[in-house]
Amino acid sequence: MHLFLFLFFGAVCAGAAVNLLIQRKTINSALSLIVVMGSLALLYLLLGAEFVAVVQVIIYAGAIMVLFIFVIMLLNAGDEEQSKGSNVAKIFGIPSLFAGGIIGIWVLLQHRPEEKLLPIGALYGPADKVGMMLFTKYLLAFEATSVLVLIAIMGAVVLARRSDS
Amino acid sequence: MSALTFLIVAIIKIAVTLGVLLTVVAYTVWLERKVVGRMQNRWGPSRVGPFGLLQPLADGIKFLLKEDLVPPYVEKNIYLLAPGLALIMALTSIAMVPIGPIVHLFGISTPMQITGVVDASGHASDINVGILIVLGITSLGVYGIALAGWSSNSKYSLLGSLRASAQMVSYEVSLGLSLVGVLLMSSTLSLTGIVHAQLGTWFGFIPQWYIFKGQIVAFFVYLMAAFAETNRIPFDMPEAETELVAGYHTEYSSMKFAMFFMAEYANMVTVACIASIMFLGGWSGPPMSFLPAAIQAFLPLVWFSLKIFCFLFLYIWIRGTLPRFRYDQLMAFGWKFLFPLALANVIVTAFIVAIRA
Repeated sequence: MHLFLFLFFGAVCAGAAVNLLIQRKTINSALSLIVVMGSLALLYLLLGAEFVAVVQVIIYAGAIMVLFIFVIMLLNAGDEEQSKGSNVAKIFGIPSLFAGGIIGIWVLLQHRPEEKLLPIGALYGPADKVGMMLFTKYLLAFEATSVLVLIAIMGAVVLARRSDS
Repeated sequence: MSALTFLIVAIIKIAVTLGVLLTVVAYTVWLERKVVGRMQNRWGPSRVGPFGLLQPLADGIKFLLKEDLVPPYVEKNIYLLAPGLALIMALTSIAMVPIGPIVHLFGISTPMQITGVVDASGHASDINVGILIVLGITSLGVYGIALAGWSSNSKYSLLGSLRASAQMVSYEVSLGLSLVGVLLMSSTLSLTGIVHAQLGTWFGFIPQWYIFKGQIVAFFVYLMAAFAETNRIPFDMPEAETELVAGYHTEYSSMKFAMFFMAEYANMVTVACIASIMFLGGWSGPPMSFLPAAIQAFLPLVWFSLKIFCFLFLYIWIRGTLPRFRYDQLMAFGWKFLFPLALANVIVTAFIVAIRA
């Protein structure tokens, strides 16, 4: 059952990601991205990381993508214009995509940590454990991220402030 | 419990909850029309059935039989998707809400909650991130409104949905933060766990609800943010009929309009459920030990319904009382008043919890 759900949502995720790229309308691409986020959340849930899954939905699908849609609606962004494309990309694009994918999988298989592989659903990630890890083991990364977000907020304030001149 | 019994019990619970929720939604509309009518010194619906009680039924038939117009130049797929999205998100979140304690029927015991089960030790347990799931589903509800306005290809709809998305994203922050105080005190994210943390009483009759345990500021922040989240007066900018015709659902007719309408009222019920669970003890209440046991078994349901009714009445009361905010006032109120207040409440609560620990 878990394996079936994993394959199903993995396929949905990959399909939506491809759809994101080939859609000509901006809003359809944004909606595909929401589907990608949602199916990623379900994959986290299948792995047993329920807190991460819900946070993924709240932050990415519920907040960030709403702002994406908001901007698309505000600018009323139209259809994407397509250039003729370069011949190099046409000839080498798909073969090099396959080659890159195969090399990536090969490298991953070479460096597979045998004993650390978890079966689906074996991970247990309730909110208190995640919080404990954030404030002990990953404190530096956590604080660095918060400083980064603070800088982004300050940048937004500076950009949004009207110059009086 | 075997898999088959589990399935049957789950289906029964879903059917009952859905039926009750839709009935409550229909009669909230009736109540609203009736109460606002009396507040404005008129009768409200009074022709269909006694006290106009069959009015929701008549409205439903009218919605079903009306012509279903799809205007030209709409973005058809998204236009058709939006009302369904809004309604599904509004109806799904009720699944996390614990309506009552464990019931024992025909040798099966199960909590009165769709996502709840009885664990091995005989206690009720549910999803341990329940409140976050409710917040997540509610935050997805904004897509229904945003996409409806955009796909309608109409100025009024677009303006309405732009306002709605900005408003809901802004007030969601205060809404979430106002709940953090309660979560810090109960140290659980499961809704059943939060209700169980409020079960005791002081002096035998004052229930230990979080609103009495110092979360009163958070309660009022939640209340105001919840009004904005459900697009109700005084925060009903997205559908301000004096400026925007009807806002995001201007171009919708018949059943598709009814779906938006139902979504709004279902959201009101959900928000009221969460308020009563987080701050008012959910289905718990003052002990009534003088009553016979048969009546006592129904008390949790009575308490819960009473709390929901009070919230719904408050919604209607405020609708009949207050004028609408101006849009810049609404944003300033949300970001400059509610948000710092919710943040301060979190910090103070965290300090007190840390000192006591």
